[in-house]
Amino acid sequence: MFKISLQINTMRKLLPFCFLILGFYLLKAQETFPVNGSHDKRPKKYAFVNATIVAKAGQRAEKGTLLVNDKLIEAVNGDQKVPPGYITIDLEGKYIYPSLIDAFSTYGVPESKEGRSFGRAPQVLTSTKNGAYGWNEAIRPETRAVDAFTGDTKEAEQLKKIGFGAVQTVLEDGIARGSSALVSLLGAEDNEAVLVADVGAHYSFDKGSAKTSYPSSLMGSIALLRQTYYDAQWYGQQQEEYNMSLEAFNKWQNLPQFFEVNDVLDVLRADKIAKEFSKQYVIKTGGNDYQRIKEIKATGASLIVPLNFPKAYDVDDPYEADKLSLAQLKHWELAPANPSFLEKAAVPFALTASGLDNIRSFWPNLRKAIQFGLSEETALRSLTEIPAQLLGVSDKIGTLEKGKLANFIITSDSLFKEGNIIYENWIQGEKFIANNVSTGDIRGEYATAIEGYGDAKLVIGGKSGKYEAHISTLKDTAQTKVNINVDGDLLTMSFNPKGTKSSFRISAYVTNEKPVQLKGDLSKMDGDVSPWSATYSGAYVAKPKKQVKNKSLDLGKVIYPFTAFGHEESPTATTVLLKNATVWTNESAGILQGADVLLVDGKIKGVGKGLSAAGAKVIDATGKHVTAGIIDEHSHIAISRGINEGTQSVTSEVRIADIINSEDVNIYRQLAGGVTTSHILHGSANAIGGQSQLIKLRWGKAPEELKFGGSDGFIKFALGENVKQSNWGEAAKIRFPQTRMGVEQVYVDAFTRAKEYKVNINKKDGKTRRDLELDALVEILDKKRFITCHSYVQSEINMLMHVADSLGFKINTFTHILEGYKLADRMAARSIAGATFADWWAYKMEVQEAIPYNAYLMEKQGVVTAINSDDAEMARRLNQEAAKVIKYGGLSEEEAWKLVTLNPAKMLHVDNRVGSIKVGKDADVVVWSDNPLSIYAKAEKTFVDGVKYWDGEEDEKVRSSQKKEKARLIAKLIEEKGKGSTTQKAVEKPTIVYHCETLLEENNDDFNHNQ
Amino acid sequence: MRTILKYISNITVLVTFIITAKAQPTIYPAKPQTGSISIKGATIHVGNGQIISNGTLVFEKGKITYVGDGNGAPSTAETIDAAGKHLYPGFIAPVTNLGLVEIEAVRATVDNTEVGDNNAHVRALIAYNTDSKVINTLRSNGIILAQVTPEGGLITGQSSVVQLDAWNWEDAAYKKDDAIHVNWPTVKYARFGNTNSEEQKERVIKERDVLNDLLTDAKAYCSVDKPVVFNARLEAFRNVFGGLKKVMVHVDKKNDMIAAVQFFKRHAIKPVIVGGADAHLVSSFLKENNIPVIIHQAHSLPAKDDDDVNLPYKQAKVLTDAGILVAYGMDGFWQQRNLPFMAGTAAAFGLEKEKALSTITLNTAKILGIDKTTGSLEQGKDANLFISSGDALDMKGNKIEKAFIVGRDINLNNLHKQLFERYEYKYGQK
Repeated sequence: MFKISLQINTMRKLLPFCFLILGFYLLKAQETFPVNGSHDKRPKKYAFVNATIVAKAGQRAEKGTLLVNDKLIEAVNGDQKVPPGYITIDLEGKYIYPSLIDAFSTYGVPESKEGRSFGRAPQVLTSTKNGAYGWNEAIRPETRAVDAFTGDTKEAEQLKKIGFGAVQTVLEDGIARGSSALVSLLGAEDNEAVLVADVGAHYSFDKGSAKTSYPSSLMGSIALLRQTYYDAQWYGQQQEEYNMSLEAFNKWQNLPQFFEVNDVLDVLRADKIAKEFSKQYVIKTGGNDYQRIKEIKATGASLIVPLNFPKAYDVDDPYEADKLSLAQLKHWELAPANPSFLEKAAVPFALTASGLDNIRSFWPNLRKAIQFGLSEETALRSLTEIPAQLLGVSDKIGTLEKGKLANFIITSDSLFKEGNIIYENWIQGEKFIANNVSTGDIRGEYATAIEGYGDAKLVIGGKSGKYEAHISTLKDTAQTKVNINVDGDLLTMSFNPKGTKSSFRISAYVTNEKPVQLKGDLSKMDGDVSPWSATYSGAYVAKPKKQVKNKSLDLGKVIYPFTAFGHEESPTATTVLLKNATVWTNESAGILQGADVLLVDGKIKGVGKGLSAAGAKVIDATGKHVTAGIIDEHSHIAISRGINEGTQSVTSEVRIADIINSEDVNIYRQLAGGVTTSHILHGSANAIGGQSQLIKLRWGKAPEELKFGGSDGFIKFALGENVKQSNWGEAAKIRFPQTRMGVEQVYVDAFTRAKEYKVNINKKDGKTRRDLELDALVEILDKKRFITCHSYVQSEINMLMHVADSLGFKINTFTHILEGYKLADRMAARSIAGATFADWWAYKMEVQEAIPYNAYLMEKQGVVTAINSDDAEMARRLNQEAAKVIKYGGLSEEEAWKLVTLNPAKMLHVDNRVGSIKVGKDADVVVWSDNPLSIYAKAEKTFVDGVKYWDGEEDEKVRSSQKKEKARLIAKLIEEKGKGSTTQKAVEKPTIVYHCETLLEENNDDFNHNQ
Repeated sequence: MRTILKYISNITVLVTFIITAKAQPTIYPAKPQTGSISIKGATIHVGNGQIISNGTLVFEKGKITYVGDGNGAPSTAETIDAAGKHLYPGFIAPVTNLGLVEIEAVRATVDNTEVGDNNAHVRALIAYNTDSKVINTLRSNGIILAQVTPEGGLITGQSSVVQLDAWNWEDAAYKKDDAIHVNWPTVKYARFGNTNSEEQKERVIKERDVLNDLLTDAKAYCSVDKPVVFNARLEAFRNVFGGLKKVMVHVDKKNDMIAAVQFFKRHAIKPVIVGGADAHLVSSFLKENNIPVIIHQAHSLPAKDDDDVNLPYKQAKVLTDAGILVAYGMDGFWQQRNLPFMAGTAAAFGLEKEKALSTITLNTAKILGIDKTTGSLEQGKDANLFISSGDALDMKGNKIEKAFIVGRDINLNNLHKQLFERYEYKYGQK
């Protein structure tokens, strides 16, 4: 640390770590540095007078005075008398604002390098860093931005030109990223530039340059961060080992906590972690917060919001334009309104220049945000006071007040006005010229005489500093453009009068008189030079600009979810009476003909003939079939960024619950296939995978609202080729196990550890480290969490049943279970359920004896049997897959139908709520056009909790209105390009479809097909 | 096997094979038909859109000799009473790696993708493994012909049409080397790797040049009967220019389809489009040029988020309505047993049932150039047909009781039925 010399303001309360205290001193630089030659210390006292001073948003004083003494503000708008010894600067007509603060920047620190490779790299199980660090390279809280920081003059100038005075600089690498520094944009003088050495602690979901294989998925990142909090708690209470990473992690807990994400759902995810550990993150978002504004508001978190608005798409080629999704088009239109949405929702936020392709688009984009509804006051606050507050440095910067740093900008006009020029940006009392302030405004009309041209009128217009001029003779009004260049007092002009071959060049200066005169020499074609002058004769009158009618504020509505088929308004449950249908009850009543089903308040209220209900919406279902909604025991839809955390053999700490993605179009597609409940499973890459999540397909609801609610927790186990990594190539020969023999020992070891852990943690002596991986296994032992195990061949299935018997836990379900038919009797004896495919086989060695009679044989042996999908496509027609068991084996239709409804409900422990048409159960109901087991059957209406989320007829209307919406947006894009906006090419972004074996999200393209 | 047992027939031969057929190796290819057989009382789905209720079909020495209401039908030694049942032309699976791949994940069993970009000369037929365990699981769902096709590269090689009851590929060949397959150069969507579409466009231009040069060279080469220097790749095109071999171009995107058709037209070749994901967007162009399309299976997800969720189910109808000759193709090999349900799905989404049937029978035969001998139940064609107890396009009704390939009464047992039987035995269910 540095020695301190100057301290401003009162010191903050003493913090427990001296390290931090040092950080809050203002560090005067160069004090200790030797000087080459004589010292040259200047008083640096300035008085800025006659300016319009906006000391902070909403506080504006005309003709104000700002006194600056060295680095600090001495007075603002106080006694107008300038004390002796001050240099007076007259800012008549100009404005002073606090310099802007960027709360999220990488100024002066190296950019992180991505560590991941797209191919199959060898597995790295623990950190490759030498030293007493933590085990995972993605947890690197020991890194400090200040250690890597060095001022970059060029980058600083770019930022200063657009008004920034100080930034929080962040090392954007890893999940726990260590501390950031608050630095001013002085340029090269690092010691002076560092304002607060450790200003914030930073986190993300991105492992960055970490070489450690774990985590490979978003849920793994979340789990790792969560576990790190517990590890750090434990670390703080023990004396046995030193760990630089955890040491630093704990040290930074008293700093403001920042979390960087790139998508609105990640904002919600980050905030959830914060709440779990009684933290409050300031979240740097991706700029699409408006898409779930209600949930964003509910987090209570402050945000740092980018101005990274997508460029207009080039849609001249309709074929290219077809690649664009409704979501992409709508986001293009609505992104500039994001700050305004946040303001209206009263979400506190700072704005950042980070994430811009080009720093020069900062002002155009900021003005766009204002045009799209952001108030100027909030805009200013979000770039000054709020970032200062979020960084805990309101005592230093953010407003113009006595004692604060002299960080301010001088502008030609009101800051946000189009055409405003930032002249100077003062940082810590040091002047930086952003744009030359000309001696004075020389715009106006001048009378002059030019030999060889005549008596003339010279008009200088344009903007101060960016003049435009033209000249005309008094006889003739034809205007000739004059090239004009003003540099301080000096100016040059040249022109070629139209229709002549002559040219004139003038070199002149601006007099100090008022009104000004221009005096100098005129050089003619023949080389003669003669004196020249022009006298001010009147003010410049700008031609009123044609006001471009602003159509861009006719914005489309936000839809939920923000993708095709999203709704502007969430559909609600109504009382519905389905009349005169064939009702497949799945109960002892069997299949009822000509029966009615009444749905009230999200529940089934009545089943039988001749029902009636006041106010009910009556749907004539004559000729239709009504069933309970389909339940998919094995699904991988509606998740974000990776279905497998297959980097370790045991990852029971990861949770699908953390990564539910409400914006997946497959939810809607599956509703169209009659699915109402899906069990979202971790993949099958490891023996003990992650915790699963049961969801209902409540299309449009936020992730938390998709969760089934009140159901038992499950976890995915897996056996077979994936677990032993036999199809992953040479790179995957490191992680244990590589054989089915090894798989058994993974289970034995895990549950043995879990049992020991259970004993120790129950002592509650605080000595046992909370281990989320083992917590989940203890839940299994305590029958609070249930296993669904991906499985193929009979040997391994038998093995796991034996392991479970001997270690005292129970398998709830074998999923996939393609050789279940070979030991269905043993499964039945242990009351283990089986969920399988109807007819998949031959895709790998372990399915060589997979047969389509499997479900039939299991069912007949008394195993509770289901048909599952593991596939977003197949899930749309699980009714057909169930029907195959009629073909293969000869199950009755009633039994076959239960394979995708009541039976999965039983194995998921939710048959008290769903799975049959029974009074009191949830109104998850499908109306089919035909016998649902027939290939000719179509789901016409699908209700979840009595809310109709799918309706074939309404779907047509939705498509037609969304087609119109796209056409509107395309027309707008064409108009935008016509205006000269820069455009980008259309890039298709289809939804990723996950399967059991999808390893990394990166590997999506390789693993789309065939399990 | 249960379905077979239920089958009422006057043929005693059937009983004997049930007893003997206990293992895959003993599922023998059937002997040639020597006599004649009548099938009476069935609903005959001709394959060309027609349907004959309570009809009669007669076949002799492998050929259909009569189809109709029974009036004037020749008398036969054997008669199968198929009252209440359905009679269909055998289904045809185009563009499949059946018999070329046994287990997808086991490299040693994968024989469908040769290395290199130009493999016009490689032939799928000679790698077709008639002993694959998969084949019999297709037959028992009504698929009795397949076009076995290589994959990969720019020019993938040559397919052949095989019948699915043979001792070896020589017997299996139904139409040898029927088509050369080309993967039309395109800008591929990639989430990672080379996502730069501009760079990809350069590759596409180069690949199209390669194709252009190849076809130009091939044309010149084939204009001479016996070229001085033999070139296997160019030689492969001889029958293409002679009109005996087709070019099947695998292409999905709208603009690519137009480019591909125009390209081949310039070389005097009328291609078949395979894939055609966007075919419904260029249907009038395809119709104008009379280009048939083997579309991708109905059981697919829409390509784009914004697409009608049921678009893959509806595509066959849209194209059929536009007057385009459409057949269904499917991914993979073991999956082909679900081919009938693609047609069923198309019917569920508006295509008339008998027209839906054509997408896996007569239309396919026309596209593969085998419609003179198969694809429909018409006099003079090969007796490639089967009896199903119910609607064979619906999994509820698809119960194949008897099937014939060129009149040969084929064994409908398979590995899955055998394993089923084995475990019914274990559990005493039998």
